[in-house]
Amino acid sequence: MKQKKISHYKTRDYQAFLYIMPWILGFLILQLYPFMASLVYSFSDYNIGAKAEFVGLKNYSKLFTGDNEFWNCLKVTFVYTLYTVPGKLVMALAVAVFLNRDIKGINLIRTFYYIPSLFGGSVAIAILWKLMFLDNGVINAVLNTLHLPTVQFLGDTRYALKTICALEIWQFGSSMVMFLAALKQVPRSLYEAAEIDGASKAKRFFRITIPQITPIIFFNMIMQMIQALQNFTSAFVITEGGPLKSTYVLGMKLYKEGFSYFKMGYASAISWVVFTVILGITLIIFGTSKFWVFYGDEGDF
Amino acid sequence: MKTRNYKARMVRDYLIIFIIGALLLYPIIWMFFATFKDNREILGSIKLLPEHFRFDYYIQGWKGTGKVTYTHFFINTFLLVLPTTILTVVSSALVAYGFARFKFPGKKILFAILIATLMLPNAVIIIPRYTLYNKFNWINTYLPFYIPAVLACYPFFTYMLIQFLRGLPRELDESAYMDGCGTLRTFMQVLLPLMKPALFSAGLFQFLWTYNDYFNALIFINSVKKFPISLALRMSLDAESVVQWGKIMAMAFVAVVPVMLLFFAAQKYFVEGIATSGLKG
Repeated sequence: MKQKKISHYKTRDYQAFLYIMPWILGFLILQLYPFMASLVYSFSDYNIGAKAEFVGLKNYSKLFTGDNEFWNCLKVTFVYTLYTVPGKLVMALAVAVFLNRDIKGINLIRTFYYIPSLFGGSVAIAILWKLMFLDNGVINAVLNTLHLPTVQFLGDTRYALKTICALEIWQFGSSMVMFLAALKQVPRSLYEAAEIDGASKAKRFFRITIPQITPIIFFNMIMQMIQALQNFTSAFVITEGGPLKSTYVLGMKLYKEGFSYFKMGYASAISWVVFTVILGITLIIFGTSKFWVFYGDEGDF
Repeated sequence: MKTRNYKARMVRDYLIIFIIGALLLYPIIWMFFATFKDNREILGSIKLLPEHFRFDYYIQGWKGTGKVTYTHFFINTFLLVLPTTILTVVSSALVAYGFARFKFPGKKILFAILIATLMLPNAVIIIPRYTLYNKFNWINTYLPFYIPAVLACYPFFTYMLIQFLRGLPRELDESAYMDGCGTLRTFMQVLLPLMKPALFSAGLFQFLWTYNDYFNALIFINSVKKFPISLALRMSLDAESVVQWGKIMAMAFVAVVPVMLLFFAAQKYFVEGIATSGLKG
């Protein structure tokens, strides 16, 4: 009987391949092939319009020992990630916790707070940021009115990267929306029990709220880390990597080498460094997740 | 006494909410008013409101660069974004259906691959993709945007729709099969109508991301005639030796208006899309 049921469904189930066919093709041609090809390119001096030759580890050795820009790029990218990912998460969580209460108009408030996040890496907003943070821009005008000295947000190596980070952190909306939804899921009974036991507000936050939403923190952390390590638009439009390469992120270096100088082999090596860094950090976060991410129930598929 | 305390706290909360909100939105509001100001008013001044409301900068800015106007850039943008969005939604929905409703050999592995590609950085595939598209003569066309959409290369949406479909009861499919429907008809007539909110969310996000995307447009499009707005804005910033900021801000503002309109018209889908896809991740 059971056997019969399986064979009965078999023909229909094979139709699944028709439905997933676009993705299989897309995966093979536009994801797996480019992924492997860039690894192969990275061992060659491949260049648009010229014949590629195998050069072994030359690209990598040049990158790590001969290119003084590279280590700076790596550092800048790390600093950018270290500022923006926690910055965004803390901001989003703080605002979400504050908004997570019974007040009228919460939907409207949430909508307005989300607006900055609509623009993502848009050029229009990058230009706006540039204009606002000019030496004689509106931010400095405000500082001067408060009798504070002018800050060279874009021209000083100490501030340029932070100014770009601020743009990213400003767009904390989608994490905030996820946190808000997660906070609603935390069972009230937990708080009630804790209150009876006399737990303080801070204790309730760190012992109940945070552990309950760790899966969302985890998800956001990984996705934003991947995005931050590839950042391009804001650095490219606002500061063009300057001053003195203080905002020259790896994404920009990749673009310059690959699409301005057409050193595709060399750029591929950079892209694999980016990939390795992302993979490494992802594995570290995954590895540590069993110590700090709590799943209420195991999802199965 | 207690109610007065409560009221005071309410007032305080709303005040904090309002101040944070005003700070967050100030750049956008400032941008709007900057479109009416000349450089003298924009630079070195903290005044928000312009001396007069004049629309010269919109008119001048709209003329664009060379012979290409913003009418053209807008048409380009929509020619790029709309098909990409629609194709993404269609292909992702089909693939999601395949994954969510059938048990087929190799499903576990294929699903694991799909999840893995969620984390595949664009940076690592962009160069071979470029050479591939170059070989096909697709550079400076919108095919580098359409084809990945046709081939469901946006795993985020596929995953989101799989999750949504898993929430719909399988009895629906079963009874459709009983009634003699094939799988395609079951999908089109039974499941698709129920998937509308999720499809809408996916479409909105894909629209937004493609509309805002600069990196791919920069790499794949190289003639001004085909420029979408993102590239046009960047070009107008570089074009002049003395930048007329009012003009630039006018066009930048025009560029963000469609996004804001769309958001306000469909904000429910935005918020639900984020909340559900993230929560189940």
